[in-house]
Amino acid sequence: MGTMPFVLAVWLFLIGLYGIVTSDNFVHMIMCLSVVQSSTYVLLLQVGYRSAGTAPIFKDIPSGTKAVDPVVQALTLTDIVVGVTVTALLLALVLQAHKRSGTLNPDDFRPLEG
Amino acid sequence: MTAAVQAIAMFTVGLFALLVVVNRDPARQVVAMGMFGTSLAILFLVLQAPDVALSQIVVALAYPLMVLLTLSKVKERRR
Amino acid sequence: MNVRARAALFAIAGASTFVLLVWGLAGLPKFGHYGGPYGAVLNRVELRERHATSVVASVVFDYRGFDTAGEEFILFVAVMAVAMVLRVQREEKEAGSHARLGARALGDTSDAVRVAGILLIGPAVLLGLYVVAHGHATPGGGFQGGLVLSSAPLILYLVGRYLSFRRLNPVSLLDFGEGVGIGGFVVIGLIGLVAGIAFLDNVLPLGRPGSVFSAGTLPVINLSVGLGVAAGIVLILFEFLEQTLMIRRR
Repeated sequence: MGTMPFVLAVWLFLIGLYGIVTSDNFVHMIMCLSVVQSSTYVLLLQVGYRSAGTAPIFKDIPSGTKAVDPVVQALTLTDIVVGVTVTALLLALVLQAHKRSGTLNPDDFRPLEG
Repeated sequence: MTAAVQAIAMFTVGLFALLVVVNRDPARQVVAMGMFGTSLAILFLVLQAPDVALSQIVVALAYPLMVLLTLSKVKERRR
Repeated sequence: MNVRARAALFAIAGASTFVLLVWGLAGLPKFGHYGGPYGAVLNRVELRERHATSVVASVVFDYRGFDTAGEEFILFVAVMAVAMVLRVQREEKEAGSHARLGARALGDTSDAVRVAGILLIGPAVLLGLYVVAHGHATPGGGFQGGLVLSSAPLILYLVGRYLSFRRLNPVSLLDFGEGVGIGGFVVIGLIGLVAGIAFLDNVLPLGRPGSVFSAGTLPVINLSVGLGVAAGIVLILFEFLEQTLMIRRR
């Protein structure tokens, strides 16, 4: 189990990126973007894991038991909530763009003129 | 034993991510997205991070909702 | 550049990125043998220093509270941007007549959905408040509890008509709630400054670890963050619903 778990994060990143690159629908692209975002969460949590460690909540267990790293969990926690609000913003932009041009295909959008 | 559970959880996450990307129609992709979010929450639990798993579960609730609302607005215009 | 050319180009770039990333990640310590010292130190000293049984919550709101304040602002700005992007454009108008809205807005909600929804609203609010209030002792906290709290207005929309949802959640109140929630974080931080120590330092009494009123400023920050996040998510939902149901082309 040496380096294999980290390959999952790389796989998520690349498969999400592939979805974005070959997408023909903006909403599909946004969901692939969230797959890319989740690769960072997975990598952070995997890096902080300690074998045979438990969750870093010391309500029922004494304070010295071996636990996984709490700092990376703190980073990931707020990340997830912020990710969903930014996705909401992206969806709002897509909605307005669709109203202007009538299509959801990224290839149909010409660069700004004038 | 724990290693086996972790391996299964990671493999499931990778599989569902592939499903999310391969479905081109957004309406179907939302279902795949829900499955992916749940498997991600289970992976976080297995990696001993209950706070993060709780966040992910609740977020996977708000997320398909917004996408579906956008899709319904888009479809109505297309009609 | 059509799709096939892009996919081929990506195959090359993706393969080389994969190799590079895996080679880089192989240099990390093996999975399960994380060597960072801060986590281990925190796990040992935190209970004595802060009396909060959840180390993650104390890292988020106390040891690294400044980071979290920054992320709060991202949330705030994103909600504001959604409201701005989805405003009524010049060539649209807001459908005002109730008669036209009644048929289009929701269709017929079945009675089963109505009953189940009404039964769920109270427990949802209670669960959200519980998760927020015990954030420093057990898994949970402001962010998760705020999201659970925001599901209560959503259930309200599902069981009722959109107009009752709108009347029960006036936008001005939501704006106020969100501002208070997110600004409260900064105000609590300023208490630390006024008391003569650093910004966001833990100055309230620490109490017995594991009870609700422990860990100093943590429960207060949790409450304000929970309020801010709940109001923000309901605002976003509100904007989307308004777009879908009320705004028509002129």
